[in-house]
Amino acid sequence: MSAAPRPHWARPVGVGLAALAALAAVAALVSPGMRGTLAAILTDPRSAALAAIWVGIWLANAWLAARPPPSALVRALVTLLFGATLLLLWELAVRLYSVPAVLLPAPSAIAARFAASLDILWIDFVQTILKGALSGYLIGCSAAFLTAVLIDRSPFLQRGLLPVGNFIAALPIVGIAPILVMWFGFDWQSKAAVVVVMVFFPMLVNSVEGLKATEPMQRDLMATYSAGYWQTLVKLRIPAAMPFVFNGLKIATTLALIGAIVAEFFGSPTRGMGFRISTEVGRLGLDMVWAEIAVAALAGSAFYGLVAFIEKRVTFWHPSQRGR
Amino acid sequence: MRNAIPVLGVVAAIMVVWYLAAVWMNAQWTRDQAARAGVEVSFADIVADTLAQDRPRLPAPHQVLLELHALTWTEEVHSRRGIVQSGSLSNRSLVHHGLVTLSATFLGFAFGAGFGILLAIGIVHDRATDMSVMPWAIASQTIPIVAIAPMIIVVLNSIGISGLVPKAIIAAYLSFFPVVVGMVKGLRSPDAMQMDLLRTYSASSFQALWKLRMPASMPYLFASLKVGIAASLVGTIVAELPLGGAGLGTRLLAGSYYGQTIQIWATLLVAAILAATMVGVIGAVQRMTLTRMGMAQ
Repeated sequence: MSAAPRPHWARPVGVGLAALAALAAVAALVSPGMRGTLAAILTDPRSAALAAIWVGIWLANAWLAARPPPSALVRALVTLLFGATLLLLWELAVRLYSVPAVLLPAPSAIAARFAASLDILWIDFVQTILKGALSGYLIGCSAAFLTAVLIDRSPFLQRGLLPVGNFIAALPIVGIAPILVMWFGFDWQSKAAVVVVMVFFPMLVNSVEGLKATEPMQRDLMATYSAGYWQTLVKLRIPAAMPFVFNGLKIATTLALIGAIVAEFFGSPTRGMGFRISTEVGRLGLDMVWAEIAVAALAGSAFYGLVAFIEKRVTFWHPSQRGR
Repeated sequence: MRNAIPVLGVVAAIMVVWYLAAVWMNAQWTRDQAARAGVEVSFADIVADTLAQDRPRLPAPHQVLLELHALTWTEEVHSRRGIVQSGSLSNRSLVHHGLVTLSATFLGFAFGAGFGILLAIGIVHDRATDMSVMPWAIASQTIPIVAIAPMIIVVLNSIGISGLVPKAIIAAYLSFFPVVVGMVKGLRSPDAMQMDLLRTYSASSFQALWKLRMPASMPYLFASLKVGIAASLVGTIVAELPLGGAGLGTRLLAGSYYGQTIQIWATLLVAAILAATMVGVIGAVQRMTLTRMGMAQ
């Protein structure tokens, strides 16, 4: 302890400035068009105001985080403060630099558009999320789970299907969307089909993995009870597979939304979130695009949260769910 | 190698199902054509015709392979526009489009993975960063980020940034989060005992990072890099949809506009080969690195 200890905020501020500098340097190197823009931004007094807000809130966060021990409330406060800061900076930047709305609308404009077009957003939500994503998700995940139960009885199929399934799970399956749109038409059925294909393999791999997750001791116990295949399956192996199954279900939530939205870029009836995003981008109605993105974000988080909630109720016995 | 026979068996079964489906799905067109021409077709005729249509609903595997060969080797070597005769890659060939997609994928992946690793180091060392950023990073995983791709492309184009960079930004965005989440887990994987040992050596936090956390995070790093590069390719392909010009995504959209099903499948095959190769290369580097570090299972 020779030198005076650095204040606790020195490191985060230093790291942040270094990251910004690196970002700017890389951007300037990559694109000559951005060099002029960056120089103009750096020498502008309005930037100083924004930077001051950023540093100020960051210091507040660093101060809050440094007081031991951070309770759940403080943690949530720090997180929310950070999110709110980003929104505030976005709003201020748009206003101070008077960014045209066709480039980047302010959060307040997006919120106003969101509130004004609830009916359109609801129609799109029903078309894309409820009809396309949700039905595809249910069909795809249950088909994958049943397939997993079936191939579980055959070591040959397991050894053959798992590598193939792992391989397919890494492929850019969204690309299959144009084909399925040709096969199943423009309406939600083709979107559901894309979602089925997208969620099937991650779900299959996780379910097969889960069905293998019992220990020899547990299986021996079932054998001493003289339990048959079905009894062992229903009472031991499916419950034991649940943590893996829910892992697959959670991964599949995001994939389902991505599949349903991207499939609409290849053709859709005149409603749906993907349709709205691509047409509004063409009409430069970016506030509407951002409102749709907000709906996608809310729906995605709610969908994921719902699955996580069910997981908590179903796999309450699993170590990862304890102590929370 | 124990798995080779089952895998080949499953692949062969998929091929058989594919051929059967091709016959079944294309038969309607053949029957319609025959009815229009007023001729009777036998079952053998139907099978022969369904596997050789120009715009089948489902092309047979050999048609896709032939198209792939025609759009890569034949196009480059024998065509007037090919690299052999004109000195530059043909704009019809999938080699050209694949390379365009691949370069945007790599650029985006390098950005995304690089910033992901840096942010993970920040998160592990600084509690404020952890508490501010990490919940948002996890929440953002549940959001279909790809949906904003067309908007980012159009907006960046309108302020004069075009070419590789907009695609790379989306690719970077998609590969960024898996790397952050995986690396945070990895950098935190050394247990308390090991961290205590470094403390007894009075190691600085930089030394702890370099000599303990980084090596310990390698298995997590490679796992998330594999997810990241696959996501990066998906991002690039989706980003290419609204753009004209070159790239696999553009080819997919053009193919779907003009009903060129065989071309769509050949493009998909190229995308699949790219994804498999990239994940395979990272897997090979992973095995080599982990073996040399003595961490291979």
